[in-house]
Parts: sequence; structure tokens; C-alpha cells
Amino acid sequence: MTLTQRVKQNGIGWLLPALVIVGWEAASRVGVMPANVLPAPSAVAEAFWRLTLSGELIQNIGVSTLRALAGFAVGGSIGFALGLANGLSALSRGLTDTTLQMIRNIPHLALIPLVILWFGIDEEAKLFLVALGVFFPIYVNTLLGIQSVDPQLVEMGRVYGMDRRALFLCVILPGALPAIFVGLRYALGIMWLTLIVAETISASSGLGYMAMQAREFLLIDVVVLSILIYALLGKLADSLARLLERLSLGWHPAFQNA
Amino acid sequence: MPAASLAAVRSFVAAPIPTRPAVSVESPRAFAFKGVEKRFGDKVVLDGIDIDVPVGQFVAVIGKSGCGKSTLLRLLAGLDRPTAGSLIFGPEAKAGAGEESRTRFMFQEPRLLPWASVVKNVEVGLTGIAAGAEARRRALAILGEVGLADRADEWPSVLSGGQKQRVALARALIGQPQILALDEPLGALDALTRIEMQQLLERIWLEQKFTAVLVTHDVAEAVALADRVVVISEGRIALDLEVPVARPRWRGSVELARLEGRILDQLFG
Repeated sequence: MTLTQRVKQNGIGWLLPALVIVGWEAASRVGVMPANVLPAPSAVAEAFWRLTLSGELIQNIGVSTLRALAGFAVGGSIGFALGLANGLSALSRGLTDTTLQMIRNIPHLALIPLVILWFGIDEEAKLFLVALGVFFPIYVNTLLGIQSVDPQLVEMGRVYGMDRRALFLCVILPGALPAIFVGLRYALGIMWLTLIVAETISASSGLGYMAMQAREFLLIDVVVLSILIYALLGKLADSLARLLERLSLGWHPAFQNA
Repeated sequence: MPAASLAAVRSFVAAPIPTRPAVSVESPRAFAFKGVEKRFGDKVVLDGIDIDVPVGQFVAVIGKSGCGKSTLLRLLAGLDRPTAGSLIFGPEAKAGAGEESRTRFMFQEPRLLPWASVVKNVEVGLTGIAAGAEARRRALAILGEVGLADRADEWPSVLSGGQKQRVALARALIGQPQILALDEPLGALDALTRIEMQQLLERIWLEQKFTAVLVTHDVAEAVALADRVVVISEGRIALDLEVPVARPRWRGSVELARLEGRILDQLFG
């Protein structure tokens, strides 16, 4: 696919958001949409400019991103490691899977009161919640991916003399990768969700905190700005995951000529 | 050799087609099954198999579904262990790293790694033998043999069924096996592609002179390709037949048709 085709295909996805913003601006200008319900996009853009100049916005985005990535790294790597272990070893699975499935059914946000009691409103609280939220989609999908690797291919690998390491690197891991990517994209969504909830409830910096502060002072343009930034960050994370997916799953028929 | 198969050979010797003894004494042994039995629980799949195969022979194993022919092949390739009896490999095979190390298996399905290019898939056959540039050079050479040199860097998913099976054949052959076990590898191909593949297989076998054991349900394929056809019925060798027809063989010749008839009689008689 040529570059212009790709731009066209990706561009079409932005058409609808652009139309919504134009319509929204028009509705605000005409007066259908009162500014205390939803400020005009131009007002939100002004707020964006104001907060960018003061450095507040960049700082809060930076703090939130750092928290998100740290929690993701911790929860994601534990989930990946346990998913691998339980996918490869029946003993490990027998030992831990029941417990993990029980914990999985507790909504992790229900732990917020407990987490505040444990960690106060420090960084550990956010890190813990994000890590916990990210852990399960990565764990479940890594496990599923490994369990769904074609046993015929594994047998072929054995017949052709692959040792355990080669079998894992050449057959099992690549076979599990599509499912792992599903888990990754799902986990990225949960990562932002958890962080923002945690930040709105208990934080002294970050995007969620910025939105809550703005609410206190009735700065509705900043509240809307925060929400828009969540949407953009979420989209950015998803795009990165899709890029990685495309680069590493080039063999998959779903990614050929696409 | 069980009495049943001896009788079969004897009755065959009496037939008007000229023949040789069932086991060639000049060639060294590639492998032998001695009283091999295989049971899965109460079910007896193989019940006392005795067969001696000399180096370089092309053996076809025929039987109805569930007769144990695939189990026989899995035992040969070391994918399963016999319940009783033993497998003996010839001196050449033992010279390898392990008893089964020079036995290659070609499955009914191509079983290519979808995430590896065609040439990388062929290189799988060199696991533990060669790696890196040397592996790639050999893989490209053998891909040329099977007529797919120009597809080396493509994904397996874009190949046709016959092409995939040719890649699988290249992967099986690249390690220069002494014994090649083929488990109905052409069964899923269309009739014309199958004949093409049979000719390719025969040509490469004539060049490399490995011992080939082909499990098939296609009697015409068996008599066209094999030096010797073994019919298995209810876990026993029911017929052990030489195919004393000179190569290149002409499909549709009277000799082949007569042998085919004999085997079909045994299967359904």
C-alpha cells in the first residue's frame, strides 16, 4: 500500500471527530449549547493554550504518563510471566490459576478504599491499582495464546529436533503472539481508565487531579480539555500497539495488504 | 515374518509376474520391526509386526482406516514407543547422534510455521545440523530442487496446498535423512497435483537413495512409487509384496494394474 493510500485510510477515521467538533462549535456559537453545560471547542482550545503556556498541562500529562507506564510495566510483566508459566507448566497452572481467577472477579477499582488506607494518596496507590488492572488482560490472553498454539506444530518442532528453548522461541511464542496483542490493547485501555479514576479520587498531581481541581473552581473548559486529552492519549497508546502488532504479525493473513 | 505374509509371498511367487525374494539380502538393513506390538489401553493396534527393510528401499504401507498403519510410522519415527517387541536400526542409522535422529517425518498436513518465511521453514529441517548463512544456502538449494526457489522469502499462507507440501518435503529432505517416513502426505492434494508430487518424490528418492516408508490409502500411488507394498489389516501384515517393475514406470501399465488388483483383492477379498 502506498503512503497516500495509507493516509487516506487513516484520515477517514478522523472525519467523524472533526465533524462533531465543527457541529459542537456551531451549536455553541448559535447558543443552543450553553457555555456552562459544554464550552465551545474554541474555549477548550483557549484553555489548552493557557495551560500549555503555564506549563501545568505538560507537567500533568507527564506525571500521568509516567504513572501509567510504571504501573503497566509492573503489572504487565508479572501478568506476562505468570501467563507464560501457567501456559507452559501444568503444575504452575494447577497451583495458581484458581487463586488468580478468584482475584480476577473482584473489580479492582473496588479496592480503592483499601488502597487509600494502605498507601494513602502516594504514588504507590496509583501504581498498585494500575498494575492490578493491567495484570489480568495480559495474563489471561498470554495463557490463552499459549494454550491455543497448534499442537501439530509443536509435534513437528519436536520431531525436527528442537530443544525446549528453540520450541518456545520458534513455535510457542510466535503462535501465542496474536492473543498476547489482544491482551496488550485491552490492558492499555484499562491502564488509562484505572489511572484516571485513581487520580480523580486521590492525587495531588496528574490529569485526573487537574480535572478535579478545575471542577472545584468551575473551570468547565479545563474539565472538558482533560476528557479530550484522555481520548487522545488512549488513541495514541492504541495506535502504538497496533503499529507493533503490524510489525510483528506481518505473517498473519489479517495483516497482509492491510 | 509371520506365516500369513510368507504364504502371501509364496502365492505371489507362483503367479506369472517375475519377482525377487521379499527381503533383498545384498543391501544392509535400514531398520527392522521384531514382534512389535502396540496397545492403547485394551485396544490392540499393532499385533506382532515383523518386517525387515534394507537400505534404500521404497516401502508403501497400505491399509484401511484404523488398521494401525499410521501407528507403525509413528513408532518408526520415535513419536511413540512399542508396547512389546523392538525396533532395530541398521548400522548406518546408528552412526547418527541418536537412533531416530536421521529419521524424518512428513505429515499429512504441511505443518509449516505460518510466522516464518518459506526458506526459514525449510531451515527448521537443519535444527542441530547447521545454522545461519550455511543453513540458508542449503535451504535455497533444496527449494530449487522442489521448484520453489523463487518463493523463498514469501509467507507460507500465500502458497497453494501442493506448494506447501513441497516446502514440507524440502524441510524433510534437507537434513539428508537415512529414513523418510511419509504419513499420507499427498492425501489432501487434488489428483493432478498429487501425480506431480509423486513424480517429484520419486525423482528425489532416486537421487538421494534414502529409505522411504510411505503410508497411503491410494493403491495406485503405492504400486507406482514403491519397491515393496505392505498391506496391514487388523494390526498384522496381511500381504508383503514386491513391485518388480522397472523405472520409470508407466502409469496404466498392465503390470501395475495387475498388482493393484491383487492388493485390492487382499483388502476387500
